[in-house]
Amino acid sequence: MKKIVIVGNGISGVTAARHIRKLSDYHITIISGESDYFFSRTALMYVYMGHMKFDDTQPYEPSFWSKNRINLKKAWVKKIVSEDKQLLLENGELLSYDKLILATGSKPNKFGWPGENLEGVQGLYTKQDLELLEKTAPNNSICKHAVVVGGGLIGVELAEMLHSRHIPVTFLVRETNFWNGVLPDHDCSILNDHIKAHGIDLRLGVNLKEIHSDRMGRVESVEIAETGEIIPCNFVGLTAGVSPQISLAQNSGIETHRGILVNQFFETNLTDIYAIGDCAEQTDQLPNGRRSIEAVWYSGRMMGETIAQTITGNKTPYKPGHWFNSAKFFDIEYQTYGWVSSLRSKPEHELQLHWKYHDNTKGVTLSYNKNDRTFLGINTFGIRMRHEVFNQWLNEKKSIEQVIEQLDKAQFDPEFYKSYVNEIQSVLLATLSNSVL
Amino acid sequence: MSSQQFKSFALINSDSYGLNSGQKLALSSGLLGLLLLVLTAFGVQLVSASIHLSLAIGLLGVGIVYFTRAAYSNKIAGIKNDGVMFSSLTSRGILGWLLGVSLTGFYIVIYFYPTWLGLGINGDPNSGLIALFDPFSLWLNGNAATQWFVYGTLYTFAIIVFGYKFILKYWHNPYQKLRTISVMFFQFGFAFLIPELMSRLNSDTFKLPYYDLKSIWPLNYYNFDKYRVNSFIDAGDVGLALLIFGVASIFVITPILTYKYGKRWYCSWVCGCGGLAETVGDPFRQLSDKSISAWKIERWVIHSVVVFALLMTTAVVYSYLGHDRSSYWLNKSDFLLGVGGLLTFVFGLVMIFKRKEFGKDAIYGAVGYFVIIVTLIGLFVFDQNDQLFIFKSTELRKTYGFLIGSVFSGVIGTGFYPIFGSRVWCRFGCPMAAVLGFQQRLFSRFRITTNGGQCISCGNCSSYCEMGIDVRSYAQKGENIVRSSCVGCGVCSAVCPRGVLKLENDHHKGRINPTQVLLGNDVDLMDLMNQR
Repeated sequence: MKKIVIVGNGISGVTAARHIRKLSDYHITIISGESDYFFSRTALMYVYMGHMKFDDTQPYEPSFWSKNRINLKKAWVKKIVSEDKQLLLENGELLSYDKLILATGSKPNKFGWPGENLEGVQGLYTKQDLELLEKTAPNNSICKHAVVVGGGLIGVELAEMLHSRHIPVTFLVRETNFWNGVLPDHDCSILNDHIKAHGIDLRLGVNLKEIHSDRMGRVESVEIAETGEIIPCNFVGLTAGVSPQISLAQNSGIETHRGILVNQFFETNLTDIYAIGDCAEQTDQLPNGRRSIEAVWYSGRMMGETIAQTITGNKTPYKPGHWFNSAKFFDIEYQTYGWVSSLRSKPEHELQLHWKYHDNTKGVTLSYNKNDRTFLGINTFGIRMRHEVFNQWLNEKKSIEQVIEQLDKAQFDPEFYKSYVNEIQSVLLATLSNSVL
Repeated sequence: MSSQQFKSFALINSDSYGLNSGQKLALSSGLLGLLLLVLTAFGVQLVSASIHLSLAIGLLGVGIVYFTRAAYSNKIAGIKNDGVMFSSLTSRGILGWLLGVSLTGFYIVIYFYPTWLGLGINGDPNSGLIALFDPFSLWLNGNAATQWFVYGTLYTFAIIVFGYKFILKYWHNPYQKLRTISVMFFQFGFAFLIPELMSRLNSDTFKLPYYDLKSIWPLNYYNFDKYRVNSFIDAGDVGLALLIFGVASIFVITPILTYKYGKRWYCSWVCGCGGLAETVGDPFRQLSDKSISAWKIERWVIHSVVVFALLMTTAVVYSYLGHDRSSYWLNKSDFLLGVGGLLTFVFGLVMIFKRKEFGKDAIYGAVGYFVIIVTLIGLFVFDQNDQLFIFKSTELRKTYGFLIGSVFSGVIGTGFYPIFGSRVWCRFGCPMAAVLGFQQRLFSRFRITTNGGQCISCGNCSSYCEMGIDVRSYAQKGENIVRSSCVGCGVCSAVCPRGVLKLENDHHKGRINPTQVLLGNDVDLMDLMNQR
């Protein structure tokens, strides 16, 4: 019987294991040093906020794994000995495989800031990071002030987490608008306001110069590059993005660039070694404008679904469908379907239409191709929309006018919620006709 | 590394989750009100009964309302679950256990030792707590208070003030606001006011039984007891209308509404037990057990209760029907044939049209059906007036009332809120919920739709499901939720951070939609896996 070993028990590795089990009778082992069982990484924040217990973040009961004959091994892998088809574990144990899937995920970025390794400075990615945070910033008497550096999704989550324990937060964002590397400025402004409304000291357009330490080697303050301002704090969260976790691959003769290099079948340069999820970097051009590295839950899951086919004999290339994503910024939910570009990355043919509710807590941006008027994508804030409907409209290459006219079909807000569709339609259509003139 | 470490989080009693000064003041007011009520049980009454009661209820009400305002009114619209898992009260800490024990004690006293609360028996006047309610009871229905009047008044009061709290907590969510206003309305109007006023109309020549119109058989298992049926009939047209309404409620109104909206129209919009669970019980909803084994136990227990309720009622009605049709239009054999025929009709309907959806549960359904039919035949063959085989029907009725009506629904169902969560009764014990759930699972337009591939498996939905449904296990497969136990409270949808869940009434096509590969991936792969 074939032995499949998967390194990493995140969504990619676990999805791969589940689907290999559905499709075959292979011997499956998942190795992780991080946790006993698969948990939802995106839910770690809710453990700190007291919405859930850690065990609640585990999507499957412990009995699930034995029932499905998926072996779980808690260990760190030191090296892959590909000549012998073996893994060397940190405890010295050897584990053989017929096919190996690397799903090692990401690690938080550090940019060589002075003081970035002090006590009280950390990123937020692993379960261990959460445990560390619980020690450093359990409440506002031990942590009187916190600074979060880096304006992405993890940054705003960390700010929300600390805020939930009434710890004052200063949020340093390099960009002049929150997350404007991804969102159009119109959308950013909704989030800027909302983050500030929660009492977060949001500083836009500033860079971290240095993290200062006290005599004990603990963080004492941060210094802002532009102004030289010193902000005293007991905790610094470094959340300037993540990059693929490739050290194991690098140690083992697997080709890497930013991530572990793979083709559309997730094959690395070494036979029978594959890489999926955050850690993989595609060398082939993916369809639908998908990026070569996507550190996103959904992409990890889809890669797991796909590779299971190849592993079990039905060689299948990774062809992800239309881009979609979601997030929640404090109380504002965000969903996106298709591509809506930020100001920085907007191609020449893309035009955008905006609507915003008067209290600035809800909004949409639709993008379209000005040449053939096809709908390209939508961002929604504070309004829920149907994935299925937008996916279909993108498949059918609907025009921007058709999408606006049928927008009510995509509504997904709960019953009795006020519908903003009429308002959105009239504003967008008016903008559209003005732009034609 | 283990979950041990995370459990220790609860020990970190940070200031962060402490009460603000407004909440402390409000808490004092509420506790003082409660103390005034408790003191009466020990014979302490400060002023006249009506003033003492008004003072106690007033202090309690003001306390709860101001506590709520201090907690929520300055917050930005959104989910307010910060610290739920750290609070001693809401995470089975010492406060939770204390409250659980006190509530359970209160239920035991009110059900089994009402004299401890001052109920006057053998014509003696009331004293203590119950006497406190005498003036109010006299004013409302013309009689002295009973322990049930005290209980009903406090119950209604609790739903209204904690309903206010729930509304403020979910101020941003119209679905939550509307259904809470609905349960407050039905409790105050239908369960409290109307029956009290109805009993006011009673005289020597005209007498209606106490009837909470929204309480439907088999929840009000006593509705077709002999004394009630007799008094309905004796009360002429009005009584007859009520009797017909009682029968129509379960056989006509319930199936239609459940078909259109799911069982939520009752369980989380109308029902009093549900009303208490949704308001007073809301802080404890996360304590429900989500394990697969709990689900197994749930299905066995609740369906056993419904079989028990049906047999008990059948035996009771059978015992007072005559061999001729003179007094109740039905005779014994008509009645048994009717019950058996109806069950066979429903069972046949399910087996013919819903065999596939019923799946493995069909065998359990068949066993239940078989047991009932055999019993009916037994009744018919042995034809003993008041016996169901070896059990006297009156004993059966008493046992049911004690075990299910009192111990399960009250003592365990509500007393254990802070330990097992707020819907223990609704989930494991309520025969009405079982009947509605059966209809919802097989014959309803209601479902919770999942939004394509957007689930991140975070588990908020499962954590806050009061019925212990592992909502996430469906959402992460992109599968609609059509569970019979779902009461449609809508909280899973509210707490979902990614907008994945939506309660909907829609066509049957695609209502049940298991998927292997979720939306967003390669279209060919989705087809390949999902068509298998």
